[in-house]
Amino acid sequence: MIKVEDLHKSFGKLEVLKGITTSIQEGEVVAIIGPSGSGKSTFLRCLNLLEIPTSGRVWIGEEDVTDKKTNIMKVRQNVGMVFQHFYLFPHKTVLQNLTYAPMKVKGLSKDEAEKIAYALLEKVGLSEKANEYPTRLSGGQKQRVAIARALAMQPNVMLFDEPTSALDPEMVKEVLEVMKSLAHTGMTMAIVTHEMGFAREVADRVLFLDDGVLVEDAPPIEFFSNPKSKRAKDFLEKML
Amino acid sequence: MSLDFTPFIPSLPYILEGIFVTLKIVLLAGVLGFALGIILSLFKISSIKILLWIADIYTSIFRGTPLVLQLMLIYYGSPQVFGYQIQPYTAAILSFALNSGAYVSEIIRAGILAVDKGQREAAQALGVPYGKMMWDIILPQALKNILPALMNEFITLTKESAIVTTIGVMDIMRRSYQVGAENYSFFEPLLIAGLIYYLMVITLTFLGKALERRMRRSD
Repeated sequence: MIKVEDLHKSFGKLEVLKGITTSIQEGEVVAIIGPSGSGKSTFLRCLNLLEIPTSGRVWIGEEDVTDKKTNIMKVRQNVGMVFQHFYLFPHKTVLQNLTYAPMKVKGLSKDEAEKIAYALLEKVGLSEKANEYPTRLSGGQKQRVAIARALAMQPNVMLFDEPTSALDPEMVKEVLEVMKSLAHTGMTMAIVTHEMGFAREVADRVLFLDDGVLVEDAPPIEFFSNPKSKRAKDFLEKML
Repeated sequence: MSLDFTPFIPSLPYILEGIFVTLKIVLLAGVLGFALGIILSLFKISSIKILLWIADIYTSIFRGTPLVLQLMLIYYGSPQVFGYQIQPYTAAILSFALNSGAYVSEIIRAGILAVDKGQREAAQALGVPYGKMMWDIILPQALKNILPALMNEFITLTKESAIVTTIGVMDIMRRSYQVGAENYSFFEPLLIAGLIYYLMVITLTFLGKALERRMRRSD
């Protein structure tokens, strides 16, 4: 589903990603963890070209998204993204947040878009908030709406960039629950997270990044009980 | 001090007619200037250098010279530039729109830059193309924040429109001046003009506040 080959990314002189090669299979849930500044968010953002890689290649499905001829907009329609700070459209209601892109980008009719939107709102447990504006929602509710908004485009892949890091502790669970049930539907997911418990429970694989390098790539049981590298050991000691 | 308004009462309808003249100029110039301001502001945040330069030079010229000069240049210069004399009306609307566009573009640019960068990323991640993103997502949020500044610009435009008198447009100002000349007394009709301008500005302020409340619905 996703293939990454020798991905490099520099911001000016700072090299954030130093050649990452990996792949994510269809239906796989991959947790990307690592210390802050390790490049994990940048890595995720390179997958839908919110950051343009300095060099290397990224395939989403059959498409080489790093090829200049590829229509990035078209690719992004199939790759949902959830941000740490939600970024709901504040001047639109919850329902409008969900129907905007399907209508304006995919050209669905209002009826079709709303049907999908209501079904998704029900899945994330927020049907009764359809006509509220985002400012009236709690952080956890906002993030659930953001997930629903991304899903409304019916993507093949979902990217999560620290989806619970900006939430109050008591709201983390409701968001993780939604993500967990999404994982059970067979969605391909790449999740940058600090929630080790969640990674261990839900992920099929854990990618451990440190200093722009993919240090470990292993199933969670193996990674958490028996990390091979010293860097991963040090990191886990601090986290757990 | 002696004030006597009675000789001016018959001329009052004549002066009041000037309201429509002023309003027509201000509204048309305001709308055109706003549209121009949006285009210029998009130039200013563009990554295409040439557009950026055009917008910056434009703003610099229209902010750097007196409005009354721009008005006269357009009016008196039209025979040499376009080959025919344009109407005072047209010159007034044109110069005010061009001038206002320069100021408004700076206001809108600031408004766009104040919108969270994440809004743009969220739209991009959904595959929303640039034009739709700007029009549907970024500009509405920017406009909400800059509404007071825009109202301010519009009010300035209303008051400053009095300088169209200099090229002979029959606005409130010119009409009251004429009435003054007929009666050999300028003080009273000018006071009347002042009151009319003030009431117009108050009305605008009130409308602006109502609009702002409406736009703050989502807060």
